[in-house]
Amino acid sequence: MKKIINQVENIVDEMLKGAVKAHPEDLKRVDGFNVLVRTNAPVKGRVALVSGGGSGHEPSHGGFVGMGMLSGAVAGEVFTSPTPDQVYEAIKAVDGGDGVLLVIKNYSGDIMNFEMAAELAEADGIKVGNVVVNDDVAVEDSLYTTGRRGIAGTVFVHKIAGAAAERGESLDEVVRIANKVNSNMRSMGMSLTPCTVPAAGKPGFEIPDDELEMGLGIHGEPGTHREKIKSANEIAKYLLEKILGDMPLEENTEVAVMVNGLGGTPLMEKYILNNAVYDYLNDKKLSIHKTMIGNYMTSLEMAGLSLTVLKLDDELKTLLNAPANTPAFKQF
Amino acid sequence: MVTKATVINTINNLSEVIIENSEMLNDLDRAIGDADHGINMKRGFLKVKTTMESTEINDIGHAFKTVGMTLLTSVGGASGPLYATAFLKFADQCKGNETIDLGTFENMLDAAIAGMMHRGKSDAGCKTMLDVWIPYTNTLKNENANGNTFVDALSKSMVAAHEGFEYSKTIIATKGRASYLGERSLGHGDPGAASTVLILKSLSDMFQEA
Repeated sequence: MKKIINQVENIVDEMLKGAVKAHPEDLKRVDGFNVLVRTNAPVKGRVALVSGGGSGHEPSHGGFVGMGMLSGAVAGEVFTSPTPDQVYEAIKAVDGGDGVLLVIKNYSGDIMNFEMAAELAEADGIKVGNVVVNDDVAVEDSLYTTGRRGIAGTVFVHKIAGAAAERGESLDEVVRIANKVNSNMRSMGMSLTPCTVPAAGKPGFEIPDDELEMGLGIHGEPGTHREKIKSANEIAKYLLEKILGDMPLEENTEVAVMVNGLGGTPLMEKYILNNAVYDYLNDKKLSIHKTMIGNYMTSLEMAGLSLTVLKLDDELKTLLNAPANTPAFKQF
Repeated sequence: MVTKATVINTINNLSEVIIENSEMLNDLDRAIGDADHGINMKRGFLKVKTTMESTEINDIGHAFKTVGMTLLTSVGGASGPLYATAFLKFADQCKGNETIDLGTFENMLDAAIAGMMHRGKSDAGCKTMLDVWIPYTNTLKNENANGNTFVDALSKSMVAAHEGFEYSKTIIATKGRASYLGERSLGHGDPGAASTVLILKSLSDMFQEA
């Protein structure tokens, strides 16, 4: 394992310290906790958004703390959901009296830890709502299982629900909009290489040079299957067939697209994939209103990417286009 | 009868066992999860070890509560809230106790299982730690009800626990992160089931020593 770190056990703490030093005008840390909040938190008259999860997904989640997106972010150990006491501190630090929306990705651990934190906050009289993001079409949906994972589409929830909160909407309304985003988007990912969790010291899986892992999540866990490496055009087609197969869209529907890098894939390759995505959607007579391309929800140094398609209407479009000013996403 | 001193000793031994087995737990998790179950459990039980050393333990309930709260605030993931719930439910059943007997232990196990089922919205047969907790507890209660000696009852319960882990290899995960793999989870034992075997072994030994 080769990484630019000091002691493995200090990774999260030192990362958060470095983030606050890089963005002192945007971020402050809640003393003694792995929680980043806006420098002006808590804000009165606005619903607050708290997101979080394991570390290793940077810039998620702390990078999206700022005007128009999150109010606070909780960082767990690498790929490990944060504990309830940490989430509870984040809720208390950002609540301005109008309630808090928890953005939770659909993993058993995240749900349990965030639910326990919500119970603690509600006992204090804080209003808490939540959205459980489950955008990953790689996983079969079923009432009898944990269901689909939350992956990069979570960033669309941060953006759009964050804009609704910034506009002064009520908690019920922010919850409704967050769930609307979730139900109108689908994602799917693939990877070329594994990643190494620092505390483990070795890669999460092994994969031959000429194969790719299809349908994996954002924690280096194995995907649905492996296949021989194929071209960017073929990868784009495969991912889009899965996504649109699950969420059929009528001609002339407006969509937003996110081409999300998992950490080790250069922008060049993301643009190449995006070129194929654009042509494919164009052929289907779908209109791309906005494209987000970059590293938003990563898996450490993994090479690979995920694709998210969000179906838009006027309400979602307005909120998606609203300004945001955070360390990792700015729009004016 | 198990005394407070034996419980404290058992918790310290359990911490060592988890720390020693963390690599084995990581390896199991690498196959069907994200390779960190051992890392998370080790971090939690290292903290349990130091917290137990620095805490004046009043009674057996307090000992288990200390373990539960420490795991709750240090493990994270899915195993953190689940094991924290188990130990906090243990604590509820023996608040203020200086000793516990096998009957109390059965009540502790029942409360822990009910708590974990509620927290994890899960049940037996989903390829989780419950596939070890439940057969262990059922066997213990049956053997006890049939008037078997406690040494025999506990050793049969441990057999059931091991069988529960083996059973977890034969089923498809429907809860937790391994469920995303579908049929690819077949043939692999559940990491949480494996760590539960270690915990129940320590607790069984606690009574054997008494």
